Amino acid sequence: MTPLLEIKNLTVGIAGKEILKDLNLSIAAGEIHAIMGPNAAGKSTLAAVLTGRPDYQVFSGSIIYKGRNLLEMKPEERAWAGIFMSFQYPIEIPGVSITALMKAAVNAKLKAASKDELTPGEFLKLMKEKMALLKMRSDFAKREVNVGFSGGEKKRSEIFQMAMLDPTLSILDETDSGLDVDALKIVADGVNTLRSNEKSTLIITHYKRLLELIKPDVVHVLRDGRIIATGGFEIVDKIENEGYDSINE
Amino acid sequence: MGEKQLLKDIVNQEYKEGFVTSIRQDLIPKGLNEEIIRIISAKKNEPQWLLDFRLDSFRKWQKMTAPKWGHLSRLPDIDFQDIIYYAAPIRDEDRPDHIDPALEETFEKLGIPVREREILAGVKPKNFETIGLDGEEHSTEGVAVDAVFDSVSVSTTFRKTLAEKGIIFCSFGEAVQNHPELVRKYLASVVPNNDNFYAALNSAVFSDGSFCYIPKGVKCPMDLSSYFRINAAGTGQFERTLIIADEGSSVSYMEGCTAPMRDENQLHAAVVEIIVEKDARVRYSTVQNWYPGDAEGKGGIFNLVTKRGICKEGAHLSWTQVETGSAITWKYPSTILKGDNSTSEFYSVALTNHYQQADTGTKMIHIGANTRSRIISKGISAGHSENSYRGMVRMLPGARNARNFTECDSLLIGGKCGAHTFPFIKSSCPSAIVEHEASTSKISEDQLFYCNQRGLSPEEATGIIVNGYAKEVLSRLPMEFAVEAQKLLSVNLEGSIG
Repeated sequence: MTPLLEIKNLTVGIAGKEILKDLNLSIAAGEIHAIMGPNAAGKSTLAAVLTGRPDYQVFSGSIIYKGRNLLEMKPEERAWAGIFMSFQYPIEIPGVSITALMKAAVNAKLKAASKDELTPGEFLKLMKEKMALLKMRSDFAKREVNVGFSGGEKKRSEIFQMAMLDPTLSILDETDSGLDVDALKIVADGVNTLRSNEKSTLIITHYKRLLELIKPDVVHVLRDGRIIATGGFEIVDKIENEGYDSINE
Repeated sequence: MGEKQLLKDIVNQEYKEGFVTSIRQDLIPKGLNEEIIRIISAKKNEPQWLLDFRLDSFRKWQKMTAPKWGHLSRLPDIDFQDIIYYAAPIRDEDRPDHIDPALEETFEKLGIPVREREILAGVKPKNFETIGLDGEEHSTEGVAVDAVFDSVSVSTTFRKTLAEKGIIFCSFGEAVQNHPELVRKYLASVVPNNDNFYAALNSAVFSDGSFCYIPKGVKCPMDLSSYFRINAAGTGQFERTLIIADEGSSVSYMEGCTAPMRDENQLHAAVVEIIVEKDARVRYSTVQNWYPGDAEGKGGIFNLVTKRGICKEGAHLSWTQVETGSAITWKYPSTILKGDNSTSEFYSVALTNHYQQADTGTKMIHIGANTRSRIISKGISAGHSENSYRGMVRMLPGARNARNFTECDSLLIGGKCGAHTFPFIKSSCPSAIVEHEASTSKISEDQLFYCNQRGLSPEEATGIIVNGYAKEVLSRLPMEFAVEAQKLLSVNLEGSIG
């Protein structure tokens, strides 16, 4: 079967400097992959290039997503095609409520698929449902996007947005950093609830603790812009016990 | 099709109010002199005192010169002899109350109900239930409308309902006929006819506008609104509005305006006077969407307006304006805080794109003790536009313990526009406190990307970020206006990205 996402020989950089080097990665529908690696390995660059962040240059290689050339798609087109990223550092948008952002986002996606926009009633019902799922406080919907949020609240808000937009490929960029144990559990529960045979997830992390709760199917180790090892959960244990230096190509 | 033409088409498409209504018109000859003024006055069947007022204003105006202090490099010397000062749709003599279907259609297209049927039938217009930027669900009650087309009022709705409470809401022209004592008492009581060049011009040639009087102790049961439409080519619109809130009364008044797209510039020089008697409250909201000109700065309305209110003891006047239209905006809605303990606020969003220029702000004149004023101004500049805040806060010797707080924020989109702040503060009262804060910011790439990642196009992302930036002001507007204003902010930014 064709994978949902196929990255081939990808070399990417910023300001002329190579960060990802000849990277290969394939994610099938329904799979959860984890990417671990030390600082500056290129983890966030991978997330950035998948979501189409400006400034990053692709020197060579290809990314095929749902049979389409992802690199030719604008960031919003990637979102419409079901790619979602939980940001490592979610951005503040003063004056814009979560509700207003989500209404615009949900309707933009429907419009792109030539479907009718949700009525206010339908939209609010969806909001309530997903807020209950992620145990968000009732005042959350009216809060301004990420303004005055604690680190944990920001990450929960990202997962809430993920639930709202129902993505095919979710990228969690260090969603676990800055989370206390309770928040971590809520985030993991959210991801696990949304799990299905059609949906895939790419978890980028330094640590074992989120992976223990989400249980990835495949684990990759990224170092100096290359994937140096791929395997199962045993890699996570090895890193946790012996450090990244114990992983050799 | 060339790129320029394509761009022009897109811009023109964006201003959906830019159509022209084809109708039989009563036009007077071009030019301005005493004879023209007599013609206008005669057409309106005015009493002698009003004609005298017009002529006196005209003579004063002739000795005045146009102000040049605005930061408005694109405002040319206007040839006042090249303007038609009166244009009116011809009414059917046999049926004076009949509204011409073409006019009705015009206002319908603009979303302005000139008949009461929709609300009487209990049917709410489709888009009246909505979710605001604040995430709240909103719906609205009925609104009484005075629709002004070129120089005359076409219809005023809900008069009977309002009359039951003693409220007078009609066109200015009708007020002159039916309530001359009120008009005579209050006309030019806040804006004298020699106040400034454009106010003097308006006092000489004013056409129609709205009149409203709220009796003592009456809380107006519905929002009142005026909708101004310029249609005829080569004309100017000189609206005159007078609002009187008697002791202890309250009213919320809204004003909207649009015009066809034309390559020529057209003049709109209005005067609005508001009298807020003891313990009364007035909320005055404007969404100004006159045709702004095309992407190259051709055409558009010159909006040169004097608006001022006076607050008696314990009275409150709140101004909220959203200025997105006009090629040139020169406008400073102001409050004279005459009575002790009176309060006023000015909330403004001014958005300029392409070659638009806006010089707008307020004056808060504190005369009474314990008076309070608050100014929140949000300027948004894009394209090659220039956007200036100009404000004056004056504390007179009697303004003991008076306070003012001013916040001026500017948001820049792109690198070719300008944002300026010209605050004037003068305090002659040692116990008065004046605070002024200002900031300038840009939309960050990170904010745009975050929204793009959620599926918003760069235009939609900019629209939502700008609306968020202006939220403090937009949230002051009555709901149906807020929805319209939000759309306008987004639409008027199109073509400013990338």
